[in-house]
Amino acid sequence: MTVEAASLSARHSGQVPGHHQITFVVMLALLTMAPYGFYPIFLMKVLCFALFATAFNLLIGFVGLLSFGHAAFFGFGSYLSAHAAKVWGLPPELAILSGVAVAAALGVVIGGLAIRRHGIYFAMVTLALAQMIYFFALQAPFTGGEDGIQAVPRGFLLGVIDLRNDLACYYFVLAVYLCGFLLVYRIIHSPFGEVLRAIRDNETRAISLGYRIKLYKLLAFTLSAAISGLAGATKALVFQLASLTDVHWTMSGEVILMTLLGGLGTVFGPTVGAATIVTLQNHLAALGSWVTVAQGGIFILCVLVFRRGLVGELGRLLGNRQF
Amino acid sequence: MADDIMLETEGLTKEFKGFIAVSDVHLGVRRGTIHAMIGPNGAGKTTCFNLLTKFLPPTRGRIRYRGRDITKADPTEVARLGMVRSFQISATFPRLSVLENVRIALQRRRGGSFDFWRPAKALRQYNAEALDLIDMVGLGDVAETTAGELPYGRKRALEIATTLALDPEMMLLDEPTAGMGHEDVGRISALIRRVATARTVLMVEHNIKVVADLSHRITVLASGRILAEGDYDQVSRHPKVIEAYMGTDHAA
Ligand SMILES: Nc1ncnc2c1ncn2[C@@H]1O[C@H](COP(=O)(O)OP(=O)(O)OP(=O)(O)O)[C@@H](O)[C@H]1O
Ligand SMILES: [Mg+2]
Repeated sequence: MTVEAASLSARHSGQVPGHHQITFVVMLALLTMAPYGFYPIFLMKVLCFALFATAFNLLIGFVGLLSFGHAAFFGFGSYLSAHAAKVWGLPPELAILSGVAVAAALGVVIGGLAIRRHGIYFAMVTLALAQMIYFFALQAPFTGGEDGIQAVPRGFLLGVIDLRNDLACYYFVLAVYLCGFLLVYRIIHSPFGEVLRAIRDNETRAISLGYRIKLYKLLAFTLSAAISGLAGATKALVFQLASLTDVHWTMSGEVILMTLLGGLGTVFGPTVGAATIVTLQNHLAALGSWVTVAQGGIFILCVLVFRRGLVGELGRLLGNRQF
Repeated sequence: MADDIMLETEGLTKEFKGFIAVSDVHLGVRRGTIHAMIGPNGAGKTTCFNLLTKFLPPTRGRIRYRGRDITKADPTEVARLGMVRSFQISATFPRLSVLENVRIALQRRRGGSFDFWRPAKALRQYNAEALDLIDMVGLGDVAETTAGELPYGRKRALEIATTLALDPEMMLLDEPTAGMGHEDVGRISALIRRVATARTVLMVEHNIKVVADLSHRITVLASGRILAEGDYDQVSRHPKVIEAYMGTDHAA
Protein backbone atom coordinates (compact mmCIF):
# COMPACT_ATOMS: atom_id res chain seq x y z
CA MET A 1 0.00 0.00 0.00
CA THR A 2 1.98 2.90 -1.25
CA VAL A 3 0.87 6.50 -1.51
CA GLU A 4 1.65 8.23 -4.75
CA ALA A 5 2.87 11.81 -4.46
CA ALA A 6 0.13 12.86 -6.89
CA SER A 7 -2.74 11.42 -4.84
CA LEU A 8 -1.99 13.14 -1.54
CA SER A 9 -4.61 15.01 0.44
CA ALA A 10 -4.93 18.79 0.21
CA ARG A 11 -2.89 19.19 3.38
CA HIS A 12 0.14 17.56 1.85
CA SER A 13 -0.10 19.02 -1.59
CA GLY A 14 -0.13 22.53 -0.13
CA GLN A 15 -3.63 23.59 -1.15
CA VAL A 16 -5.54 26.07 0.94
CA PRO A 17 -8.24 23.98 2.65
CA GLY A 18 -11.78 24.59 1.42
CA HIS A 19 -13.19 25.45 4.84
CA HIS A 20 -10.60 28.22 5.21
CA GLN A 21 -11.52 29.66 1.82
CA ILE A 22 -15.23 29.64 2.62
CA THR A 23 -14.77 31.16 6.08
CA PHE A 24 -12.56 33.86 4.63
CA VAL A 25 -15.09 34.79 1.95
CA VAL A 26 -17.89 34.94 4.54
CA MET A 27 -15.74 37.10 6.82
CA LEU A 28 -14.83 39.39 3.93
CA ALA A 29 -18.49 39.81 2.97
CA LEU A 30 -19.51 40.57 6.55
CA LEU A 31 -16.72 43.09 7.02
CA THR A 32 -17.48 44.80 3.73
CA MET A 33 -21.13 45.30 4.68
CA ALA A 34 -20.56 45.92 8.37
CA PRO A 35 -20.38 49.75 8.27
CA TYR A 36 -24.01 49.78 7.13
CA GLY A 37 -25.03 48.21 10.43
CA PHE A 38 -22.41 49.34 12.93
CA TYR A 39 -20.49 52.49 13.73
CA PRO A 40 -17.32 52.65 11.60
CA ILE A 41 -15.29 53.84 14.63
CA PHE A 42 -16.31 50.75 16.59
CA LEU A 43 -15.52 48.50 13.63
CA MET A 44 -12.12 50.08 13.13
CA LYS A 45 -11.29 49.45 16.75
CA VAL A 46 -12.29 45.81 16.30
CA LEU A 47 -10.12 45.47 13.20
CA CYS A 48 -7.05 47.04 14.84
CA PHE A 49 -7.30 44.70 17.80
CA ALA A 50 -8.11 41.75 15.55
CA LEU A 51 -4.87 42.42 13.68
CA PHE A 52 -2.95 42.80 16.94
CA ALA A 53 -4.31 39.49 18.27
CA THR A 54 -3.62 37.76 14.96
CA ALA A 55 0.01 38.91 15.16
CA PHE A 56 0.25 37.79 18.77
CA ASN A 57 -1.22 34.39 17.90
CA LEU A 58 1.54 33.85 15.35
CA LEU A 59 3.92 33.61 18.29
CA ILE A 60 1.90 31.84 20.98
CA GLY A 61 -0.17 29.63 18.70
CA PHE A 62 2.41 28.56 16.15
CA VAL A 63 5.75 28.81 17.94
CA GLY A 64 4.49 28.24 21.48
CA LEU A 65 6.12 31.40 22.84
CA LEU A 66 4.06 33.38 25.37
CA SER A 67 5.12 37.00 25.16
CA PHE A 68 3.91 39.24 27.93
CA GLY A 69 5.34 42.35 26.33
CA HIS A 70 3.51 42.81 23.09
CA ALA A 71 2.13 46.18 24.21
CA ALA A 72 5.63 47.53 23.57
CA PHE A 73 5.29 46.88 19.82
CA PHE A 74 1.67 47.94 19.59
CA GLY A 75 2.36 51.07 21.62
CA PHE A 76 5.54 52.11 19.92
CA GLY A 77 4.07 51.52 16.49
CA SER A 78 1.29 53.79 17.63
CA TYR A 79 3.63 56.52 18.99
CA LEU A 80 5.80 56.56 15.94
CA SER A 81 3.01 56.74 13.42
CA ALA A 82 1.32 59.51 15.44
CA HIS A 83 4.57 61.45 15.67
CA ALA A 84 5.36 60.94 11.98
CA ALA A 85 1.93 62.11 10.89
CA LYS A 86 1.71 65.04 13.25
CA VAL A 87 5.26 66.39 13.62
CA TRP A 88 6.96 65.21 10.45
CA GLY A 89 3.82 65.68 8.38
CA LEU A 90 4.15 62.32 6.65
CA PRO A 91 1.18 60.92 4.69
CA PRO A 92 -0.74 58.12 6.47
CA GLU A 93 0.85 55.27 4.52
CA LEU A 94 4.38 56.41 5.39
CA ALA A 95 3.44 57.23 8.99
CA ILE A 96 2.16 53.69 9.40
CA LEU A 97 5.23 52.20 7.74
CA SER A 98 7.51 54.07 10.14
CA GLY A 99 5.50 52.61 13.03
CA VAL A 100 5.98 49.13 11.57
CA ALA A 101 9.72 49.71 11.14
CA VAL A 102 10.26 50.80 14.72
CA ALA A 103 8.18 47.89 16.06
CA ALA A 104 10.23 45.45 13.96
CA ALA A 105 13.49 46.95 15.26
CA LEU A 106 12.23 46.69 18.84
CA GLY A 107 11.20 43.11 18.05
CA VAL A 108 14.72 42.18 17.02
CA VAL A 109 16.16 43.59 20.26
CA ILE A 110 13.54 42.30 22.72
CA GLY A 111 13.16 39.00 20.86
CA GLY A 112 16.93 38.56 20.69
CA LEU A 113 17.18 38.88 24.46
CA ALA A 114 14.07 36.88 25.33
CA ILE A 115 14.49 33.76 23.15
CA ARG A 116 17.49 32.70 25.17
CA ARG A 117 14.98 31.71 27.84
CA HIS A 118 12.19 29.17 27.90
CA GLY A 119 8.62 29.03 29.19
CA ILE A 120 7.78 31.34 32.06
CA TYR A 121 11.25 32.91 31.97
CA PHE A 122 10.69 33.94 28.39
CA ALA A 123 7.41 35.60 29.42
CA MET A 124 9.14 37.36 32.31
CA VAL A 125 11.94 38.75 30.15
CA THR A 126 9.45 40.12 27.62
CA LEU A 127 7.44 41.68 30.45
CA ALA A 128 10.51 43.28 32.02
CA LEU A 129 11.73 44.74 28.74
CA ALA A 130 8.25 45.98 27.85
CA GLN A 131 8.09 47.72 31.24
CA MET A 132 11.36 49.48 30.39
CA ILE A 133 9.78 50.63 27.15
CA TYR A 134 6.77 51.85 29.12
CA PHE A 135 8.92 53.97 31.43
CA PHE A 136 10.78 55.32 28.44
CA ALA A 137 7.44 56.34 26.92
CA LEU A 138 6.48 57.97 30.21
CA GLN A 139 9.67 60.05 30.32
CA ALA A 140 10.59 60.76 26.70
CA PRO A 141 9.44 64.20 25.56
CA PHE A 142 8.19 63.16 22.12
CA THR A 143 5.48 60.83 23.52
CA GLY A 144 3.79 63.62 25.42
CA GLY A 145 3.91 61.73 28.72
CA GLU A 146 0.52 61.46 30.43
CA ASP A 147 -1.19 63.43 27.65
CA GLY A 148 0.04 61.27 24.79
CA ILE A 149 0.10 62.55 21.24
CA GLN A 150 -3.30 64.06 20.54
CA ALA A 151 -5.02 65.49 17.47
CA VAL A 152 -3.08 63.31 15.06
CA PRO A 153 -4.15 64.18 11.51
CA ARG A 154 -5.51 61.22 9.54
CA GLY A 155 -4.37 62.85 6.31
CA PHE A 156 -4.90 61.86 2.70
CA LEU A 157 -4.13 58.29 1.69
CA LEU A 158 -1.67 58.35 -1.25
CA GLY A 159 -2.37 62.06 -1.40
CA VAL A 160 -5.93 61.60 -2.69
CA ILE A 161 -8.30 59.72 -0.39
CA ASP A 162 -9.48 61.85 2.49
CA LEU A 163 -9.37 59.66 5.58
CA ARG A 164 -11.27 62.21 7.65
CA ASN A 165 -14.32 60.53 6.17
CA ASP A 166 -15.05 57.63 8.54
CA LEU A 167 -16.30 55.32 5.82
CA ALA A 168 -13.23 55.85 3.65
CA CYS A 169 -11.07 55.38 6.72
CA TYR A 170 -12.92 52.14 7.55
CA TYR A 171 -12.19 50.59 4.15
CA PHE A 172 -8.57 51.65 4.45
CA VAL A 173 -8.32 49.96 7.87
CA LEU A 174 -10.07 46.90 6.45
CA ALA A 175 -7.44 46.73 3.70
CA VAL A 176 -4.64 47.02 6.27
CA TYR A 177 -6.24 44.29 8.38
CA LEU A 178 -6.66 41.97 5.40
CA CYS A 179 -3.02 42.46 4.35
CA GLY A 180 -1.86 41.63 7.88
CA PHE A 181 -4.23 38.68 8.19
CA LEU A 182 -3.19 37.19 4.85
CA LEU A 183 0.48 37.74 5.63
CA VAL A 184 0.13 35.80 8.89
CA TYR A 185 -1.83 33.11 7.06
CA ARG A 186 0.94 32.82 4.51
CA ILE A 187 3.65 32.71 7.19
CA ILE A 188 2.02 29.81 9.05
CA HIS A 189 1.51 27.92 5.81
CA SER A 190 4.96 28.53 4.35
CA PRO A 191 8.12 26.40 4.43
CA PHE A 192 9.19 28.60 7.35
CA GLY A 193 5.87 28.00 9.12
CA GLU A 194 6.35 24.26 8.77
CA VAL A 195 9.67 24.54 10.61
CA LEU A 196 8.00 26.64 13.31
CA ARG A 197 5.44 23.90 13.88
CA ALA A 198 8.22 21.35 14.13
CA ILE A 199 10.10 23.46 16.67
CA ARG A 200 6.92 23.90 18.72
CA ASP A 201 6.32 20.14 18.63
CA ASN A 202 9.80 18.97 19.55
CA GLU A 203 12.58 21.47 19.92
CA THR A 204 15.25 18.90 20.76
CA ARG A 205 14.54 16.87 17.65
CA ALA A 206 14.66 20.01 15.50
CA ILE A 207 18.10 20.81 16.95
CA SER A 208 19.31 17.29 16.30
CA LEU A 209 18.29 17.70 12.66
CA GLY A 210 20.57 20.71 12.47
CA TYR A 211 18.05 23.54 12.71
CA ARG A 212 19.37 26.75 14.25
CA ILE A 213 16.16 27.19 16.17
CA LYS A 214 17.02 30.56 17.74
CA LEU A 215 17.09 32.20 14.32
CA TYR A 216 13.64 30.80 13.50
CA LYS A 217 12.23 32.00 16.78
CA LEU A 218 13.79 35.42 16.31
CA LEU A 219 12.36 35.79 12.81
CA ALA A 220 8.91 34.74 14.05
CA PHE A 221 9.17 37.14 16.97
CA THR A 222 10.20 40.01 14.73
CA LEU A 223 7.39 39.35 12.24
CA SER A 224 4.89 39.21 15.09
CA ALA A 225 6.27 42.47 16.54
CA ALA A 226 6.16 44.21 13.15
CA ILE A 227 2.53 43.23 12.53
CA SER A 228 1.61 44.28 16.08
CA GLY A 229 3.27 47.60 15.24
CA LEU A 230 1.14 47.79 12.10
CA ALA A 231 -1.97 47.38 14.25
CA GLY A 232 -0.86 50.05 16.72
CA ALA A 233 0.22 52.47 14.00
CA THR A 234 -3.14 52.16 12.25
CA LYS A 235 -5.01 52.57 15.52
CA ALA A 236 -3.15 55.84 16.25
CA LEU A 237 -4.36 57.37 13.00
CA VAL A 238 -7.93 56.10 13.35
CA PHE A 239 -8.37 57.48 16.87
CA GLN A 240 -5.99 60.37 16.21
CA LEU A 241 -4.32 59.49 19.49
CA ALA A 242 -1.29 57.62 20.80
CA SER A 243 -1.21 57.27 24.57
CA LEU A 244 0.33 55.39 27.48
CA THR A 245 -2.60 52.95 27.44
CA ASP A 246 -1.17 51.44 24.25
CA VAL A 247 2.20 50.60 25.86
CA HIS A 248 0.84 49.65 29.27
CA TRP A 249 1.17 46.04 30.42
CA THR A 250 -2.61 45.71 30.62
CA MET A 251 -2.60 45.99 26.83
CA SER A 252 -0.34 42.90 26.69
CA GLY A 253 -2.85 41.19 28.97
CA GLU A 254 -5.79 42.18 26.79
CA VAL A 255 -4.26 40.72 23.64
CA ILE A 256 -3.56 37.47 25.45
CA LEU A 257 -7.21 37.36 26.55
CA MET A 258 -8.50 38.03 23.03
CA THR A 259 -6.34 35.31 21.55
CA LEU A 260 -7.20 32.83 24.27
CA LEU A 261 -10.92 33.51 24.00
CA GLY A 262 -10.90 33.16 20.22
CA GLY A 263 -8.67 30.09 20.20
CA LEU A 264 -4.90 29.73 20.37
CA GLY A 265 -3.35 28.46 17.18
CA THR A 266 -6.50 28.91 15.11
CA VAL A 267 -6.64 31.07 11.99
CA PHE A 268 -9.81 33.04 12.66
CA GLY A 269 -9.90 32.80 16.46
CA PRO A 270 -7.97 35.98 17.33
CA THR A 271 -10.32 38.03 15.15
CA VAL A 272 -13.40 36.53 16.82
CA GLY A 273 -11.81 37.00 20.25
CA ALA A 274 -10.97 40.63 19.56
CA ALA A 275 -14.46 41.37 18.24
CA THR A 276 -16.02 39.78 21.34
CA ILE A 277 -13.84 41.64 23.82
CA VAL A 278 -14.16 45.03 22.11
CA THR A 279 -17.95 44.58 21.95
CA LEU A 280 -18.08 43.69 25.63
CA GLN A 281 -15.93 46.69 26.54
CA ASN A 282 -18.29 48.96 24.63
CA HIS A 283 -21.42 47.55 26.22
CA LEU A 284 -20.01 47.37 29.70
CA ALA A 285 -18.33 50.77 29.56
CA ALA A 286 -21.05 52.17 31.82
CA LEU A 287 -20.08 49.70 34.52
CA GLY A 288 -16.68 51.30 34.94
CA SER A 289 -14.16 49.09 36.67
CA TRP A 290 -16.55 46.12 36.47
CA VAL A 291 -15.26 45.69 32.92
CA THR A 292 -12.01 44.43 34.38
CA VAL A 293 -13.89 42.00 36.60
CA ALA A 294 -15.90 40.73 33.62
CA GLN A 295 -12.69 40.24 31.65
CA GLY A 296 -11.18 38.37 34.57
CA GLY A 297 -14.26 36.13 34.63
CA ILE A 298 -13.94 35.40 30.90
CA PHE A 299 -10.29 34.61 31.38
CA ILE A 300 -11.04 32.07 34.09
CA LEU A 301 -13.85 30.58 32.00
CA CYS A 302 -11.47 30.14 29.06
CA VAL A 303 -8.81 28.45 31.12
CA LEU A 304 -11.23 26.16 32.94
CA VAL A 305 -13.85 25.09 30.38
CA PHE A 306 -13.06 26.63 27.03
CA ARG A 307 -9.51 25.50 26.54
CA ARG A 308 -9.70 25.70 22.75
CA GLY A 309 -11.46 29.06 22.68
CA LEU A 310 -14.63 29.90 20.74
CA VAL A 311 -13.29 29.06 17.30
CA GLY A 312 -11.35 26.04 18.53
CA GLU A 313 -14.48 24.54 20.14
CA LEU A 314 -16.54 25.31 17.05
CA GLY A 315 -13.98 23.58 14.87
CA ARG A 316 -14.13 20.54 17.10
CA LEU A 317 -17.91 20.40 16.78
CA LEU A 318 -17.67 20.75 13.00
CA GLY A 319 -15.78 17.51 12.55
CA ASN A 320 -12.45 18.27 14.23
CA ARG A 321 -11.40 20.89 11.78
CA GLN A 322 -9.05 23.72 12.44
CA PHE A 323 -10.48 27.11 11.52
CA MET B 1 45.46 4.86 9.88
CA ALA B 2 44.19 7.91 11.73
CA ASP B 3 41.95 9.12 8.92
CA ASP B 4 40.32 5.72 8.92
CA ILE B 5 38.72 6.79 12.18
CA MET B 6 35.45 8.66 11.79
CA LEU B 7 34.71 9.40 15.41
CA GLU B 8 37.15 9.30 18.26
CA THR B 9 37.10 10.17 21.95
CA GLU B 10 39.90 10.55 24.47
CA GLY B 11 39.24 10.21 28.18
CA LEU B 12 35.60 11.17 27.79
CA THR B 13 34.06 11.66 31.22
CA LYS B 14 30.72 12.93 32.50
CA GLU B 15 29.94 13.57 36.14
CA PHE B 16 26.47 14.44 37.43
CA LYS B 17 26.86 16.08 40.83
CA GLY B 18 29.55 13.67 41.90
CA PHE B 19 28.01 10.63 40.21
CA ILE B 20 30.20 9.46 37.34
CA ALA B 21 27.97 8.34 34.46
CA VAL B 22 30.71 8.06 31.84
CA SER B 23 34.28 7.48 32.90
CA ASP B 24 37.45 7.87 30.85
CA VAL B 25 36.04 6.43 27.62
CA HIS B 26 38.42 6.01 24.69
CA LEU B 27 36.32 5.17 21.68
CA GLY B 28 37.25 4.84 18.04
CA VAL B 29 34.62 4.26 15.37
CA ARG B 30 36.05 3.33 11.99
CA ARG B 31 34.69 4.77 8.80
CA GLY B 32 32.14 2.60 7.04
CA THR B 33 31.52 0.23 9.94
CA ILE B 34 28.59 -0.56 12.16
CA HIS B 35 29.79 -0.16 15.69
CA ALA B 36 27.57 -1.30 18.54
CA MET B 37 27.62 -0.08 22.09
CA ILE B 38 26.05 -2.45 24.56
CA GLY B 39 25.82 -2.73 28.31
CA PRO B 40 23.34 -3.15 31.13
CA ASN B 41 20.75 -0.51 32.03
CA GLY B 42 22.32 2.62 33.40
CA ALA B 43 25.74 1.79 31.92
CA GLY B 44 26.01 5.27 30.44
CA LYS B 45 25.28 4.53 26.77
CA THR B 46 22.71 7.26 26.25
CA THR B 47 24.86 9.70 28.20
CA CYS B 48 27.71 8.84 25.82
CA PHE B 49 25.46 9.64 22.85
CA ASN B 50 24.49 12.93 24.45
CA LEU B 51 28.16 13.78 24.88
CA LEU B 52 29.11 12.79 21.35
CA THR B 53 26.33 14.86 19.79
CA LYS B 54 26.99 17.72 22.21
CA PHE B 55 23.59 17.65 23.87
CA LEU B 56 25.61 17.47 27.09
CA PRO B 57 28.99 19.09 27.76
CA PRO B 58 31.65 16.61 28.88
CA THR B 59 33.29 17.07 32.27
CA ARG B 60 36.63 16.00 30.79
CA GLY B 61 38.01 14.59 27.58
CA ARG B 62 38.05 15.33 23.87
CA ILE B 63 35.89 14.35 20.91
CA ARG B 64 37.08 14.34 17.31
CA TYR B 65 34.83 13.84 14.32
CA ARG B 66 36.53 13.35 10.94
CA GLY B 67 39.76 14.62 12.45
CA ARG B 68 38.11 17.80 13.65
CA ASP B 69 37.85 18.64 17.34
CA ILE B 70 34.17 19.05 18.18
CA THR B 71 34.54 19.11 21.97
CA LYS B 72 33.26 22.69 22.03
CA ALA B 73 30.73 22.51 19.18
CA ASP B 74 26.98 22.81 19.73
CA PRO B 75 24.44 20.14 18.75
CA THR B 76 23.27 22.03 15.67
CA GLU B 77 26.81 22.25 14.35
CA VAL B 78 27.36 18.55 14.95
CA ALA B 79 24.26 17.72 12.91
CA ARG B 80 25.39 20.03 10.15
CA LEU B 81 28.77 18.32 10.03
CA GLY B 82 26.91 15.15 9.09
CA MET B 83 26.57 13.31 12.39
CA VAL B 84 22.88 12.82 13.13
CA ARG B 85 21.36 10.95 16.03
CA SER B 86 18.10 9.33 16.96
CA PHE B 87 16.76 9.26 20.50
CA GLN B 88 16.04 6.44 22.92
CA ILE B 89 12.72 8.02 23.85
CA SER B 90 11.25 8.19 20.41
CA ALA B 91 11.59 11.68 18.97
CA THR B 92 9.08 12.64 16.32
CA PHE B 93 7.09 15.79 15.70
CA PRO B 94 3.85 14.42 17.16
CA ARG B 95 1.39 16.88 15.64
CA LEU B 96 2.89 16.70 12.16
CA SER B 97 2.03 13.86 9.81
CA VAL B 98 4.52 11.14 8.95
CA LEU B 99 5.14 12.80 5.61
CA GLU B 100 5.62 16.24 7.21
CA ASN B 101 8.09 14.76 9.69
CA VAL B 102 10.32 13.50 6.91
CA ARG B 103 9.88 16.65 4.86
CA ILE B 104 11.21 18.76 7.72
CA ALA B 105 14.51 16.93 7.46
CA LEU B 106 14.62 17.18 3.66
CA GLN B 107 13.88 20.87 3.91
CA ARG B 108 16.81 21.40 6.26
CA ARG B 109 19.17 19.75 3.84
CA ARG B 110 17.94 21.50 0.73
CA GLY B 111 17.42 24.99 2.16
CA GLY B 112 14.61 27.52 1.86
CA SER B 113 13.52 27.01 5.45
CA PHE B 114 13.35 30.72 6.19
CA ASP B 115 11.03 31.45 3.26
CA PHE B 116 8.02 32.79 5.11
CA TRP B 117 6.57 34.45 2.01
CA ARG B 118 6.30 31.30 -0.11
CA PRO B 119 3.12 29.21 -0.14
CA ALA B 120 2.88 25.73 1.31
CA LYS B 121 2.89 24.42 -2.26
CA ALA B 122 6.65 24.97 -2.22
CA LEU B 123 6.86 21.94 0.06
CA ARG B 124 5.37 19.67 -2.61
CA GLN B 125 8.77 19.29 -4.23
CA TYR B 126 9.84 17.12 -1.27
CA ASN B 127 6.87 14.75 -1.36
CA ALA B 128 8.23 12.14 -3.77
CA GLU B 129 11.55 11.76 -2.00
CA ALA B 130 9.86 11.75 1.41
CA LEU B 131 7.45 9.01 0.32
CA ASP B 132 10.34 6.89 -0.91
CA LEU B 133 12.00 7.11 2.50
CA ILE B 134 8.70 6.36 4.22
CA ASP B 135 8.22 3.26 2.07
CA MET B 136 11.75 2.17 2.85
CA VAL B 137 10.99 1.95 6.58
CA GLY B 138 7.63 0.28 5.93
CA LEU B 139 5.35 3.19 6.77
CA GLY B 140 3.86 3.60 3.29
CA ASP B 141 0.36 2.84 4.56
CA VAL B 142 0.40 5.60 7.19
CA ALA B 143 2.17 8.40 5.31
CA GLU B 144 -0.63 10.87 6.01
CA THR B 145 -1.26 9.82 9.60
CA THR B 146 -0.37 12.18 12.44
CA ALA B 147 2.88 10.94 13.95
CA GLY B 148 1.63 11.13 17.53
CA GLU B 149 -1.02 8.50 16.74
CA LEU B 150 1.46 5.85 15.62
CA PRO B 151 2.30 2.90 17.87
CA TYR B 152 5.71 3.08 19.49
CA GLY B 153 7.58 0.79 17.12
CA ARG B 154 6.36 2.69 14.09
CA LYS B 155 7.47 5.98 15.62
CA ARG B 156 10.94 4.49 15.81
CA ALA B 157 10.79 3.61 12.15
CA LEU B 158 9.68 7.16 11.36
CA GLU B 159 12.59 8.50 13.34
CA ILE B 160 14.98 6.47 11.24
CA ALA B 161 13.37 7.72 8.02
CA THR B 162 13.72 11.30 9.25
CA THR B 163 17.36 10.75 10.16
CA LEU B 164 18.06 9.17 6.77
CA ALA B 165 16.44 12.12 5.02
CA LEU B 166 19.44 14.21 6.04
CA ASP B 167 21.70 11.73 4.26
CA PRO B 168 24.15 11.83 7.17
CA GLU B 169 27.67 10.49 6.90
CA MET B 170 27.39 9.14 10.38
CA MET B 171 24.30 7.96 12.26
CA LEU B 172 24.00 7.44 15.99
CA LEU B 173 21.01 5.22 16.74
CA ASP B 174 19.88 4.78 20.34
CA GLU B 175 18.03 1.44 20.54
CA PRO B 176 16.54 1.59 17.04
CA THR B 177 14.49 -1.60 17.38
CA ALA B 178 13.20 -1.14 20.92
CA GLY B 179 9.45 -1.69 21.17
CA MET B 180 9.16 -3.16 17.68
CA GLY B 181 7.37 -6.32 16.72
CA HIS B 182 9.37 -9.24 15.33
CA GLU B 183 8.68 -8.38 11.70
CA ASP B 184 9.65 -4.73 12.09
CA VAL B 185 12.88 -5.64 13.88
CA GLY B 186 13.84 -7.70 10.83
CA ARG B 187 12.93 -4.90 8.47
CA ILE B 188 14.79 -2.23 10.40
CA SER B 189 17.93 -4.25 10.92
CA ALA B 190 18.00 -5.06 7.21
CA LEU B 191 17.53 -1.37 6.53
CA ILE B 192 20.39 -0.41 8.84
CA ARG B 193 22.64 -2.90 7.10
CA ARG B 194 21.65 -1.53 3.71
CA VAL B 195 22.07 2.17 4.48
CA ALA B 196 25.31 1.53 6.36
CA THR B 197 27.14 0.58 3.20
CA ALA B 198 27.70 4.26 2.50
CA ARG B 199 27.83 5.50 6.08
CA THR B 200 29.20 4.92 9.52
CA VAL B 201 26.80 3.77 12.22
CA LEU B 202 27.18 3.79 15.98
CA MET B 203 24.25 2.16 17.71
CA VAL B 204 23.08 1.23 21.14
CA GLU B 205 21.03 -1.95 21.01
CA HIS B 206 19.71 -4.41 23.55
CA ASN B 207 18.56 -6.99 21.02
CA ILE B 208 21.61 -9.27 20.98
CA LYS B 209 20.58 -10.93 17.74
CA VAL B 210 20.54 -7.58 15.95
CA VAL B 211 23.92 -6.72 17.46
CA ALA B 212 25.40 -10.05 16.42
CA ASP B 213 24.01 -9.81 12.89
CA LEU B 214 24.99 -6.25 12.16
CA SER B 215 28.00 -5.07 14.05
CA HIS B 216 31.58 -5.15 12.92
CA ARG B 217 32.76 -4.08 16.29
CA ILE B 218 31.23 -3.95 19.76
CA THR B 219 32.09 -1.86 22.77
CA VAL B 220 30.74 -3.05 26.09
CA LEU B 221 30.06 -0.40 28.68
CA ALA B 222 29.34 -1.03 32.35
CA SER B 223 29.10 1.59 35.09
CA GLY B 224 30.37 4.20 32.67
CA ARG B 225 33.58 2.35 31.77
CA ILE B 226 34.59 0.32 28.76
CA LEU B 227 34.59 -3.27 29.87
CA ALA B 228 35.58 -4.93 26.64
CA GLU B 229 35.83 -4.29 22.94
CA GLY B 230 36.10 -6.50 19.88
CA ASP B 231 33.96 -8.40 17.42
CA TYR B 232 30.96 -10.42 18.54
CA ASP B 233 32.86 -13.65 19.21
CA GLN B 234 35.54 -11.94 21.24
CA VAL B 235 33.13 -9.92 23.27
CA SER B 236 30.63 -12.67 23.97
CA ARG B 237 33.37 -14.90 25.35
CA HIS B 238 34.94 -12.19 27.46
CA PRO B 239 34.72 -13.27 31.13
CA LYS B 240 34.02 -9.74 32.42
CA VAL B 241 31.18 -9.34 29.95
CA ILE B 242 29.61 -12.62 30.97
CA GLU B 243 29.92 -11.57 34.58
CA ALA B 244 28.39 -8.13 33.98
CA TYR B 245 25.46 -9.61 32.10
CA MET B 246 24.75 -12.49 34.48
CA GLY B 247 23.30 -10.22 37.12
CA THR B 248 20.89 -8.50 34.74
CA ASP B 249 17.91 -9.50 32.64
CA HIS B 250 19.86 -8.99 29.44
CA ALA B 251 21.65 -12.30 29.72
CA ALA B 252 20.45 -13.26 26.22
N1 LIG C 1 20.89 14.36 33.57
C1 LIG C 1 21.27 13.43 34.47
N2 LIG C 1 21.45 13.78 35.77
C2 LIG C 1 21.83 12.86 36.68
N3 LIG C 1 22.06 11.56 36.40
C3 LIG C 1 21.91 11.16 35.14
C4 LIG C 1 21.49 12.07 34.10
N4 LIG C 1 21.41 11.39 32.93
C5 LIG C 1 21.74 10.12 33.23
N5 LIG C 1 22.05 9.96 34.53
C6 LIG C 1 22.47 8.73 35.19
O1 LIG C 1 23.58 8.24 34.49
C7 LIG C 1 23.54 6.82 34.42
C8 LIG C 1 23.65 6.39 32.98
O2 LIG C 1 22.44 6.68 32.31
P1 LIG C 1 22.23 6.39 30.76
O3 LIG C 1 20.87 6.89 30.40
O4 LIG C 1 23.36 6.93 30.01
O5 LIG C 1 22.24 4.79 30.74
P2 LIG C 1 22.01 3.82 29.52
O6 LIG C 1 23.22 3.00 29.40
O7 LIG C 1 21.57 4.54 28.33
O8 LIG C 1 20.84 2.91 30.11
P3 LIG C 1 19.57 2.26 29.36
O9 LIG C 1 20.02 0.96 28.79
O10 LIG C 1 18.60 2.05 30.47
O11 LIG C 1 19.09 3.21 28.34
C9 LIG C 1 22.24 6.40 35.08
O12 LIG C 1 22.53 5.94 36.39
C10 LIG C 1 21.42 7.65 35.11
O13 LIG C 1 20.57 7.66 36.24
MG1 LIG D 1 19.90 4.61 27.20
